[in-house]
Amino acid sequence: MPLIIKTQEINKYYNRYKADEVRALEDVTLTISQGEALVLNGASGSGKTTLLSLIGCMARPTSGSIFIQDKEVSRLPERFLTNIRRQTFGFIFQQLNLIRDISALENILLPLYPSGTSIKEMNWRAKEILTRLNILKKAHMKVSALSGGEQQRVAIARALINQPQIIIADEPTAHLDSFLAAELLQILTELNREGKTVVIATHDPFVSRHKLIDRVIRMRDGQIIGGLEP
Amino acid sequence: MTRFLKILEYALSSLARRKFKNFSIIAIYSFTIASLASILLLTHSLKEIAVNVLADGPDIVVQRLTGGRHDMIPASNAQAIEKLIGVGRVTPRIWGYYYDGLYQTNYTILGVHEKLPPLEMVKGRMVARDGECTVGQGVATTQNAEIGNELLLINSKGIGHTCEITGMFKAQSNLWTNDLILFSQDDLQRFFATPDGLATDIIVEVYNPKEIPVVAQKIKQLFPDTRPVTLNEILHTYQSVFNWRSGMMLTIFASSLIAFSILAWDKATGISGEEKQEIGILKAIGWDTSDILALKFSEGSVISVTSFLLGISLAYIHVFLLGAPLLVPVLKGWSVLFPRLQLVPYVDMYQIFTLGFLTIIPYMASTVLPSWKSAITDPESIMRGG
Ligand SMILES: Nc1ncnc2c1ncn2[C@@H]1O[C@H](COP(=O)(O)OP(=O)(O)O)[C@@H](O)[C@H]1O
Ligand SMILES: [Mg+2]
Repeated sequence: MPLIIKTQEINKYYNRYKADEVRALEDVTLTISQGEALVLNGASGSGKTTLLSLIGCMARPTSGSIFIQDKEVSRLPERFLTNIRRQTFGFIFQQLNLIRDISALENILLPLYPSGTSIKEMNWRAKEILTRLNILKKAHMKVSALSGGEQQRVAIARALINQPQIIIADEPTAHLDSFLAAELLQILTELNREGKTVVIATHDPFVSRHKLIDRVIRMRDGQIIGGLEP
Repeated sequence: MTRFLKILEYALSSLARRKFKNFSIIAIYSFTIASLASILLLTHSLKEIAVNVLADGPDIVVQRLTGGRHDMIPASNAQAIEKLIGVGRVTPRIWGYYYDGLYQTNYTILGVHEKLPPLEMVKGRMVARDGECTVGQGVATTQNAEIGNELLLINSKGIGHTCEITGMFKAQSNLWTNDLILFSQDDLQRFFATPDGLATDIIVEVYNPKEIPVVAQKIKQLFPDTRPVTLNEILHTYQSVFNWRSGMMLTIFASSLIAFSILAWDKATGISGEEKQEIGILKAIGWDTSDILALKFSEGSVISVTSFLLGISLAYIHVFLLGAPLLVPVLKGWSVLFPRLQLVPYVDMYQIFTLGFLTIIPYMASTVLPSWKSAITDPESIMRGG
């Protein structure tokens, strides 16, 4: 399988040269193949979220290079990063980060607004995803009126609306009961089977041991301390 | 295009979500615009009216001054003035103000003479003989009078004068016709107890407008105790009263006031944590800084343009349909001169644009800038819960 993500000795400092300087990542080199399902595992503060946000073009490394589909992105101006983020990644956040007082449908379509996608295309995609996630009937309800599980599916639908190649999920089961956690992993498994790359940061062993996962990367203090096949 | 429409649509739905905050802003904003625009519309309209009144007024009005005060002038002066070169018709006028204590209004009483500007009758006819009078619509309304009714006026000596109303004329752009009463020349002389041979003033027609100052000077030489007032002088006086520049000063002053109150309001309410979080989410799911700015710009435009149009409409209704009831008490001087305003809608677009410019720009700045500040931060923070 071809490489889809490659990081080369990336470092990330916060508050550089200040008294509270943090080196959140230390010379991290990692390659991820297309279609792989991978877990970043490690204690809280080990740098998982930082690594995900660099891979997902949410921020830039202090040093080192990042390649997304062979394209070096670590020095690109923000405008380009936004484009890559929009075209390549779907994010499922730890906090769902939904806008609570607008409808599920509107939340799901939000990523498409600036892209110039036609309204027809938007409706078509939304219908497909809502049907697939079994929330078509709730499309016009406000997010705040939905159950926890439904909200989670809205968040997933939003991550999928751009038809991303790579799905990034940060601690996706942290706020879920075991039933919803299983449901989420089931959905991710299906997406992975369709060829999407899945990168999950978690310290939940249920996720790490799930049949979906091809590889677990262990992290500690901003470093990769080993990878193992589950 | 779809991008713009979708962002605009989202801006509208965002505004609707923060109903309370946005309605309060629109209310404050449009109220301020309405008060400022009322002042501008009123002063501008009064100025236009004054200019119109005077434009078909006499070329020179000759008054006599005694001890610096306006006094009656011998009507016989007219003959001497008529002999001056370039002078056309010269007419001694008798007229005066009348205060009606019962209705607390001022009327202007004028004798019917040939130099009277044409008046459009609503009904009835002009005064033809003694004992009759013709009134402006305003007078008819306050007195609740009809044609054929008797109008009773009491002069300064306490002597009553009754006249039969023969007709009513329309209140024109010329403010004073609204509160005008016309008598026969003889009745008028009796009413104001004007001694024979004296007039209130003498109006002079000059053939060539360029000669007006020269003729005025000659009259002054002929009768050193008079003051010939030319049309130009009056226009100048009026214009300085309703000076555009003072309007501008007012606008600038008031606009800075609005800008200040909006900024203060915005500081007080701020861009909330919730709004910041939302900006972060939008960025994280693929919105660019420029998309966020377009969103906030649309929100700001909708608010400011709505408030502006609303404010201007309210001002228009207030000034031209209702007669500026909230401003007239403030304009003490005018309310004596023009007891009930019948304003003709003259609007100076330049003033309206200035007002728009000076209020919309600061508002836009105060809404877009703080959002821009939070839009340029990395969306990474949203990964850690905003
Ligand atoms: N914005 C920030 N400013 C300063 N330090 C930060 C910031 N974000 C993360 N860190 C620090 O970087 C380290 C790695 O954090 P993070 O990537 O969130 O770890 P994890 O996701 O594994 O819990 C931690 O020590 C954290 O305190
Ligand atoms: Mg984390």
